[in-house]
Amino acid sequence: MPEIKNLSYIQAVNHALRWSLETVPNTVVFGEDVAVPGGPFGATKNLHRDFGVDRVFDLPISETAFLGMALGSAMTGLRPIAEIMYSDFLFVAMDQVVNQIANIRYTSNGKWGAPLVIRTQQGSSPGACAQHSKSIEAYLAHTPGLRVVCPTTPMEAYQAIRTAVVSDDPVFVVESRMLYPQKGEVQLDAELWPMGGARVVRPGADATIVAWSRTMTAALEAGEQLAARGVDAEVVDLRWIAPLDVETVADSVAKTGRLVIAHDAPGTGGFGGELAARVGERCFGRLRAPIARVTGIDAPLPAAPALQDVALPSADRIAGAVLETMSA
Amino acid sequence: MSELEELYRRMLVIRRFEEELAEVKKLGEVPGSIHLCIGQEAIPVGVSALLLPDDYVTATYRGHGWAIERGSDLAGLFGEIMGRASSVAGGRAASPYLSDASVGFIGENSIVGAGVPIALGAALSCDRLGGGRVSVVSIGDGAMNQGNVHEALNMAAVLALPLVVVVENNGYSEMVRIEDMVRVTNLAERGAAYGIPAETVDGNDPVVVARAAAVAIERARTGGGPSIIEARTQRLVGHYSGDAQHYRPAGEVAAAREVEPLVRARAALLEAGRDAAELDAIAAGVDREIQDALAAARLLPLPDPTTVMEHVYA
Ligand SMILES: Cc1ncc(C[n+]2csc(CCOP(=O)(O)OP(=O)(O)O)c2C)c(N)n1
Repeated sequence: MPEIKNLSYIQAVNHALRWSLETVPNTVVFGEDVAVPGGPFGATKNLHRDFGVDRVFDLPISETAFLGMALGSAMTGLRPIAEIMYSDFLFVAMDQVVNQIANIRYTSNGKWGAPLVIRTQQGSSPGACAQHSKSIEAYLAHTPGLRVVCPTTPMEAYQAIRTAVVSDDPVFVVESRMLYPQKGEVQLDAELWPMGGARVVRPGADATIVAWSRTMTAALEAGEQLAARGVDAEVVDLRWIAPLDVETVADSVAKTGRLVIAHDAPGTGGFGGELAARVGERCFGRLRAPIARVTGIDAPLPAAPALQDVALPSADRIAGAVLETMSA
Repeated sequence: MSELEELYRRMLVIRRFEEELAEVKKLGEVPGSIHLCIGQEAIPVGVSALLLPDDYVTATYRGHGWAIERGSDLAGLFGEIMGRASSVAGGRAASPYLSDASVGFIGENSIVGAGVPIALGAALSCDRLGGGRVSVVSIGDGAMNQGNVHEALNMAAVLALPLVVVVENNGYSEMVRIEDMVRVTNLAERGAAYGIPAETVDGNDPVVVARAAAVAIERARTGGGPSIIEARTQRLVGHYSGDAQHYRPAGEVAAAREVEPLVRARAALLEAGRDAAELDAIAAGVDREIQDALAAARLLPLPDPTTVMEHVYA
């Protein structure tokens, strides 16, 4: 009998961290407020109690130092899992990410490696200011040497973390704060999933919608709206930004001839542009309409809900973009 | 061989390696710039004398001396710096960013200060995985003004990790005087702010450096936490190859040459009764070693362009 539990996304994260500490030798978990407090969002609840202060510990508010510590300890035998409380805070430590962690395997010609995990969470929420609401996947995608996953369901979060922890490459698990309370079935004793791979969440024939992270919620809702209007949209959850599964998206587009990409991050330089280019390279002859993007606005994110409503992709806007490609 | 004689020989290896490198650079065989530690050799030599093979060392772009002291292959180092398919890093790192896992050399770093947080991580491994190992990191005086160093020093103290931070105070951060960039006389004074034992020592005497390192390393090995050693020294050459050093007052380098570590060590050895011929023989032996390594490096192939995408990921 598979061990299936109905868990919230954040509980799934907690289970995955527990599994890591129990199963994978030399894992350590550190960050801000992760020990006795159990994590600002509860991701590390009870781990300090059960695994002790040597393996689960709090650090000063020094993201640069602790990401550097993640790298140095990963190079020398530990498997650190560091938590960056909000993805926005990563920018104070970007040197360690871009110039250090991502490089070391390559610049050492494979002699050093950095088997580390950096967990963070991203996205806007009502009242969140522009320093607590960024969606950062494109910044990471631009740096060779990193792996990046944006899980959208509790099961995906559970599996993403476990895959990340056993990986010999540095992996960013970019969680979604808005999805933390959402519940879903998690098979705790599931086999590990391979790294990478998009997933067709809603099969359809008329148009392809690709999204990830929080935007998946809007994309799936758009799928429902479109169904009600007789448009059969296929919705693909990209999941991994790196490695990128272009095949699954391209296969879908080859079938539907239409592609709408949705993400919360600003459109300019956003990952949707990269994905559009890759799909265009493969599917040019199959496309029946220009690839469309529905993205966050090219502005710092506002805090007021009334402004946020128009700043981020909604189901309506995604559905509208699909209908436009249908009439192209 | 006396302690000083061995330290002298090791300093000579670094000195001759870098002098030769400067020549090779002039011949056009080294792409890019190189940062030499000529004049500062007593520091890597003095500290490394106390290190064991499974300890870790992290350095800066001025880190050839540390790599050599770690035991990295001399021909491999030459080859790496010359852009060849070296055993050190296959030509992917060159002079300012080389590392060598085979000898526990976490590596150089070309981002000022960034090696300290990484060395802190190695110290975490030393602590959690046991064995009484230590992590040593070398930085320049200018790096003491980097936020990453501040963060890492505090964290090392808070976690009581076996980290030894060696500040090679050569008086300049690139082209500005350190005394114009800080308001403390000795950088070791900063230690008090972190609760880290710190001292300022003569960085041109390898025996003095080794004595300070012995205390710091013993403290680290026995769970006493981090230490800072500020080693005062002077570089006898430019910040990088091609630095005209117009910012240095007339006579400064000449005066520094009088008190540089090799001159002093040689004088001390002569005073202790060694004769000049013996010391010359040591130098000749080192010279052969360097020439052999360089010759071997010149035979290394260039990196194979078809491998350019290898090792981005595991
Ligand atoms: C973050 C960063 N800023 C600036 C530089 C350019 N830079 C290279 S070396 C250097 C001076 C560092 O001085 P110090 O730490 O005293 O070391 P030294 O060169 O004297 O060994 C500077 C400013 C850099 N490499 N990294």
